[in-house]
Order: sequence, then C-alpha cells, then structure tokens
Amino acid sequence: MADVYREASVREAARLPADALPRFMQETRGQLVRWLIHLRREPFNLLFALVQPVILLVFFGGALQRFGAPISPGGNYRAFILPGILALTVFGNSMAGGIPVLFDKESGFLARLITAPVTRSSILVSRFLAINLLSVLQCLIMLTLAALFFGVRVASGAAGVAALLGIGLLLGFGVTIISLILAFSLTGHGDFFALLGIITLPLSFLSSAFVPLDVMPGWMRWLAVLNPMTYAIDSMRALVLGGSELWSGGLLLRCCAALTAFDAAMLILGTSLLRRRL
Amino acid sequence: MAAISVRGLTKRFGDITALSSVDFEVREGEILGLLGPNGAGKTTAVRILVTQARPDSGQAQVAGADVVKNPTEVRRRIGYVPQEITVDRYLTAREQLSLFADLYHIPRQRRPRRIDELLSLVGLEAMADKPSRNYSGGMKKKLDLACGLIHEPEVLFLDEPSLGLDVPVRRAIWDHIESLRGRGVTVLLCTNYMDEADRLCDRVAIIDQGKIVAADSPAALRAGLGGDVVTVEPDGVAPAGMRAEGARSAEGNAKAEAPAELLAARLEAILDRLPFVRGTAREGPRLHIYVHTNETALPRVLEAASAAGISLRAVAYSRPGLDEVFLKYTGRAFAEAQAEELVRTSAGQER
Ligand SMILES: Nc1ncnc2c1ncn2[C@@H]1O[C@H](COP(=O)(O)OP(=O)(O)OP(=O)(O)O)[C@@H](O)[C@H]1O
Ligand SMILES: [Mg+2]
Repeated sequence: MADVYREASVREAARLPADALPRFMQETRGQLVRWLIHLRREPFNLLFALVQPVILLVFFGGALQRFGAPISPGGNYRAFILPGILALTVFGNSMAGGIPVLFDKESGFLARLITAPVTRSSILVSRFLAINLLSVLQCLIMLTLAALFFGVRVASGAAGVAALLGIGLLLGFGVTIISLILAFSLTGHGDFFALLGIITLPLSFLSSAFVPLDVMPGWMRWLAVLNPMTYAIDSMRALVLGGSELWSGGLLLRCCAALTAFDAAMLILGTSLLRRRL
Repeated sequence: MAAISVRGLTKRFGDITALSSVDFEVREGEILGLLGPNGAGKTTAVRILVTQARPDSGQAQVAGADVVKNPTEVRRRIGYVPQEITVDRYLTAREQLSLFADLYHIPRQRRPRRIDELLSLVGLEAMADKPSRNYSGGMKKKLDLACGLIHEPEVLFLDEPSLGLDVPVRRAIWDHIESLRGRGVTVLLCTNYMDEADRLCDRVAIIDQGKIVAADSPAALRAGLGGDVVTVEPDGVAPAGMRAEGARSAEGNAKAEAPAELLAARLEAILDRLPFVRGTAREGPRLHIYVHTNETALPRVLEAASAAGISLRAVAYSRPGLDEVFLKYTGRAFAEAQAEELVRTSAGQER
C-alpha cells in the first residue's frame, strides 16, 4: 500500500501563498476539463442541439422562401433567417447551460465543490466557457452547412465571421447568467425544463429572427425591442447580408452597446443573487 | 490545541431543532466518532464544520480557523467525504482525482504520482480509466474517499464512510481510516454503526436528537456501565427435593454433590474478596461477576473456582457494547431510536 502521507511536501506546496490568479486558473481549468469530458463522453448532445437549427434552416427556410424573398435583401430568405437561427442556437445553448449545475446541486456534487478552497466564480466561469465553446462550434457548423448547401455567404468575409461569433458570445454571456440564476433558484430540474419549454418559442417569435421588426404589429414590435436576441440578430444580419446597412447609422455599434448593457445588467443581478446562494 | 472545537452550536430547520447547543472538541491526531441514530444531527454538524451551512448560533473552529469568519482557511485544511456518494458518473477515477487535484491546487507536476498513490491506496488501479458510472457502490465510495484525501488534509470529515458497503469493503475502508491515525490526521467520523465507532474511534461522542449525551473513549464509556461481566454456572447436583435416589449413594464427594446454588454462593464469597472484582450478583445457580475491564479477569475467576474445587458447567464473558451505553444515556435502545426517528422524519415530510 502506498504511503500517502509520506510526502509532506505535497501538502506544503499546495498551500504556498501563491498569487490568486494562478490558483483561479487552475480551479477553472480543472472544472472546464470536466465539462469538456462530459461533451466527449456524450458527443450526440452536440448533434441533438443542432437538430432544431438545421430544421429551421432546411424546412422553415424552404417553406417560406417564396414569402420571405421580398423582405430578404438578395432574395435569399435562408440568408435572412440564418442570423436568427444562430442567435436562437446561442440562446438555447446558454439557457440550457445551467442544467448541469442544477444536476450538481441535486446530487450534492456542488456542495462538495464549494467545500474545496475554490473561488466561487470559478464554478460559473468554467461553465460559461464550456457553454460558449459549444455555441461557437455550433455556429461554425451552421455557417458551414448554410454555405455548402444553400450558398449563403457571409458578405463581410472572415472578419465578419469573427464578429458574428463575438456578437454570439455577447448574447450568450447574459443568457448564461439568467440560466445560472434559474439553476440556483429553482428547486428541481423538472421546473427548469418546463420553464425552458415555455419561454423559448415565444421569445423566438418576439425577435427579428424570422421577420424584420417593421413588418410586425406594433405591440409585438415593442416586445421584440426589449428582447436582447433582436439586437444580436440585427447586427449579425448586417454582417451576413452586407450592403449599405452594415455601415449606415452605426447599427453594429448600437446593437453591441445594447447587448453589453444587457450583459452588465445580468452580471449585476447575477452577482447579487448568486452571492447569497453560493 | 484542539483540531476541532465546537461551542454551543445550534441549528434549526423550521420547527425541527437539528442541533441544540452542541459542545465538543477533537484533539489533534484523534479519531472522534459522532455516533447517533438517523436524524440525530450528525450530518448537520458536519455540514456546518465543513462550511457548507451556517449555524444559527454558537461557534466552531476547525484547524484553528473559524468556520463562519474564515471559511476559506478552513476549506484549505480539511477533507470532506459526504454521506451520499458524489462522484461524477461521466468521469473516470483518474479524471475525478485530477479534478480534485486542481480544486485543491496541487501542483501539476506532482499530480500523476499523487493520483497513482491514491488509486493504489483504495485499490482502484484496475478501474482507474473506466467511467465511474460502471463502478459498484463500494468502488464509488472508495473513489469518494480518495478524492477527500488528495490534498493530505489536516482534518478529515467522513460522514458514514461505510454506509451500505459489504463486509470486505467496510474492512478495507476501516483499514484506510486506521492508517491515517498516527500520521497527524484528525478524523471526525459520523456513523450509526456501533461496531464501527468501537473499532475505529479514540473517543466517541454520542448524539441523540441534536444533543451530545456522552463523550469519552469507548472503553471509558463501557467502564461507566460497570465494566465487563463474567458469568459462571457451577456444575452441582439438582436441588434436594428433586434429587434422584441414586445420587444419595455417593454422599462422600460433598463438593460435587452440593446443589449449584450453594456452590455459586460459596464461589461468590470467595470472589468478593478479590481485588479485581467490583461486585457480584446471583441469579439462581448463575453467578454474575462484575470485573474491571481486564483480560486477566476470566482466567483468575476460573483459577479461584478450581482452587475451591468447584467445577463449572458454563462460563460466559460479556463486554457491554455502545448499545448499552446508548441505552444508559438516552433511556432508549439504539434500534428503537432509529425507528422513532423514521416516524418523526416521515411525519415531518408530509407536512
Ligand atoms: N436541509 C434541511 N431541511 C430541513 N430539515 C433538515 C435539513 N437537514 C436536516 N434536517 C433535519 O435535521 C435533523 C437532523 O438531520 P441530520 O441529517 O443531521 O441527521 P443525521 O444524524 O445525519 O442522520 P442520518 O444518520 O440519517 O444521516 C433531521 O430531523 C432532519 O430531518
Ligand atoms: Mg447523516
């Protein structure tokens, strides 16, 4: 039997008054690796998450091509809804991002994590990184599929793709915080799934994902203006379609400012709510 | 200095008082058992000590740091293996240990060796690279234990470490716990197994309904009950009236022919004068001899009997267990307390 306590220096080394940053990085990396292992052991999750966006692109885009063409610059309705599909993918991913944390809470794993000398935020940061890595992957897959099968090209080029992903992350950040807040507030995962089912569909229609805001009835437009997805979609759409819209009136800037404000609000709300629960 | 010291710890859940003004201390390097029936408050106490829950009132220090004021310091110095198994089913044992190594900031270059040591300590080498969803309950528990040891904690909290395990695995876990003794590790162990507390613990604190009712070494708790008991029954003839005719003919051997009660009384008179005997009691032909807890008591009783020419039909040596201790301090048998708590808890849940 190995003498576990032979090497007292392990204990000492682990306790050196090292600076906080390397410690934080180590905690976070350890937990991120855990989430990535989950992903690797259940690779079909990645595919299942792509089913809905693919259906929207192929069938919804196909069915409405004729109706949608007039409102779509360039006449390709699939190019028009692709940004919406990307935003919905990010939204869905991020909204579901709290579920593993909720499972950890239910199983007692979380309780065990927080008795380790880790910064509380490392738990959230590692989760955030894992979700958004997944979102970026899925967005890239969707962009590739749209380009290969439907000839949808991002008009603003490679820099535009990078900007698209950046905007996706801006949206994902705030939504992930909402999901984590729910994970810590709801009692069980049943409630969580029910809530996800209820909010996702209306929020997709109360955004500019499928039609531009100005063809919506007035009251819907007012609600859509409050939906952060609308800002992500409008700016992504400008990047995909290019043209005058991209450079006129600081659309990108306005949208990014709105998303940043949303993120900041969620961060403030989240820290005040989660501090008490973690 | 005490490794754990607890003063006036109180915790309520609604109208249930899980802990009511609990005091105890655990000395450095000691294994203290918190022994009590289901719902006694053991897990609640541990959850407070590992900084998972806050007490309503009272104080607790672990490894010199206050659990409420300085939880980070406490967390750095303790290991905790909770009552329920908390392994990640997707991860292999090695990955799991690796995660905990990162959570406890073990330098990366030391990690592979440390993980190998722990895997061999708990005997999981063969399964180390299989996801833990394929493990048996015992293997998961061992992995859980290994995760709690990864950073060589000064103080280790084990909440029912052998719950639901079969005998060989329990033994193995007990051996691991015993091997921590003498390495300066302080252990607080919750259990509702009497034999576990008896075998492993330097001291046992008996907790019932949120109160510590007694705390001492298992031997001292037992001694408080009046020590061990030697029970003998002399091999005498049947009492006068019922004696068979044939027996009368061998009157010559008086000692052998005397009724057992008489022989027992004679032996009692002899033993009462001996220093190792605390007291005696007769129950028909049977004689109970209360002795100081001492392995030499039984041979000395036998010697005394044979010196007096009294042969014995039956001899029994009994050592009162923590069961009897629990009975003495709470007025209830342990099994009864377990059953009562189940009723109390399920009634509480229905509300
Ligand atoms: N989170 C909680 N909410 C409400 N009541 C609780 C909670 N945790 C514990 N209790 C109650 O506190 C009492 C003590 O529970 P605790 O878990 O500490 O017992 P225990 O001694 O660990 O029992 P066991 O041997 O079954 O593990 C019980 O009556 C229990 O129902
Ligand atoms: Mg318990």
